[in-house]
Amino acid sequence: MADLSVNIAGVRFKNPVITASGCFGFGREYEDLYPLSKLGGVSLKGTTYEKRLGNPPPRIAETPSGLLNSVGLQNPGVESFIENDLPYLKEQDTVLIANAAGSTVEDYCRLVERLSDTEVDMIELNISCPNVKEGGVAFGVSCEGAAGMVKAVRPYCKKPLMVKLSPNVTDIASIAKAVESEGADAVSLINTLLGMRIDIQTRRPILKNNVGGMSGPAVFPIALRMVWQVANAVSIPVVGMGGIAKWEDAVEMMMAGASAVQIGAAMFWDPWSPIHVVEGLDAYLEEKQIKRVSDIVGTVEPW
Amino acid sequence: MGYLQGFFPIVSKQKIAEGIFDVVVACPEMAQLAKAGQFVHIRCPGVTLRRPISICQADKLWGNLRLVFEVKGEGTKNLAALNVGDNVDIMGPLGNGFDLSGHCQHALLVGGGIGVPPLVEVATSLGKRATAVIGFRDQSRVILEKDFRNQGCDVRVCTDDGSYGKKGFVTQEVRALLAQGGIDIIYACGPMVMLKALTEIAKEFGIRCQVSLEERMGCGVGACLVCACKTRDKQGQENYSHVCKNGPVFEAEEVVFGG
Repeated sequence: MADLSVNIAGVRFKNPVITASGCFGFGREYEDLYPLSKLGGVSLKGTTYEKRLGNPPPRIAETPSGLLNSVGLQNPGVESFIENDLPYLKEQDTVLIANAAGSTVEDYCRLVERLSDTEVDMIELNISCPNVKEGGVAFGVSCEGAAGMVKAVRPYCKKPLMVKLSPNVTDIASIAKAVESEGADAVSLINTLLGMRIDIQTRRPILKNNVGGMSGPAVFPIALRMVWQVANAVSIPVVGMGGIAKWEDAVEMMMAGASAVQIGAAMFWDPWSPIHVVEGLDAYLEEKQIKRVSDIVGTVEPW
Repeated sequence: MGYLQGFFPIVSKQKIAEGIFDVVVACPEMAQLAKAGQFVHIRCPGVTLRRPISICQADKLWGNLRLVFEVKGEGTKNLAALNVGDNVDIMGPLGNGFDLSGHCQHALLVGGGIGVPPLVEVATSLGKRATAVIGFRDQSRVILEKDFRNQGCDVRVCTDDGSYGKKGFVTQEVRALLAQGGIDIIYACGPMVMLKALTEIAKEFGIRCQVSLEERMGCGVGACLVCACKTRDKQGQENYSHVCKNGPVFEAEEVVFGG
């Protein structure tokens, strides 16, 4: 068996497969199928300081090989997370990544400060949610906004800080560099791409929020390209995600420069996909006689 | 919770009305776990997302699940194209079903259109202690009438155009039955307008009512939070609950219709 473990910003993951925020709740929903300890890590449901109701339904629309969502960060708030979900999660023997979101810089700061006092292993700063009216992606679409946010939260953050980037920008590499320069320990990308569907019978958008974030296999090539660009631009670790459904996708993502991968939308049709990706990676490394999964990171040989 | 995921063979398939299919799948463990009002989440060929389909009957003895569904789009069309012997990727049983735990004198099962199927499993438990009031657009859409009768239920069929049974909506019949008395609970599934009207009638008569809701769904297990429906708790606080995990069956008085 190959060594599947990876190290990201000082945190050891037993394998490079992490479930993506928003697609895995706070972890309990899939325990009937397999133990969470089989996963390298879990990126938990986007959490805000105060409870958030989220957007009105419908919140999901299907697309060819993908989907749009407009959940809008529904979550019970950080105190409820700490009281009701964290005690369970810390018993699961997997890396816990808290996904932190908010509306204002102050929101993010007090949230990151609160999470820093808990037993989460890492904080993923969500400055890329496209479904909330204030904050969220507003901070993630300019170098100044992104850098300013990281600079503001950095003093409050006692955990490794990973910044989750938005693909709804012209030059994602420059944003990655901006957050790196303010002290981000890692970046994760991509969050969802802004999209829309219309019901032609009612002339209404399918999503009550009109627009929503697109994910699923349809976005994989875009995500791969962005991960490659970012990995070439920064020296901090990159966690790649966007449409990964099979182990082959994970190998591509790692060859493009991702130190680990996150799996999100694929959970919806194949809840076993993260487990299958771990098994497939292991078999691939065995076949190629590669000792460590980290040895394939960034090994694409561009033309 | 307690659900499984796997591939299970279709053991029978029948078209029971235009665009409505009655499919039986052999999955003994799921049939064993299933409760009235729960659903299964099915991976349909050719589409990205799974489709939630309510359990019409769970035959624990033979280990079969009976699913009655309507072809509404590409996913259900492709599902209906599968044949006996084909394997289907199913997750389930999921969600909270109807609460049949307390003793009831007599229950009303109220179904509209493709909302009728999950009530058959309720009828299986209650038999003679239930009256089914089932409504359809017209005679060609009437389904499962015999299934309720076979369980010993009194059955009242309504059609919008009067082409079969009584003319009119189920709500008129429900009102008449409640006025006669002796009924202490309503179990309902159907279009939102019907459920909303029933909720008001139940409140008027002071009778407990449980409704099964539908919403566009993602994961099916409560992880992704897309299938939101607005609910109100006892303190009057509004929140978004989720059809897949908190439902699909809710106490009618909790639901904020049109939320």
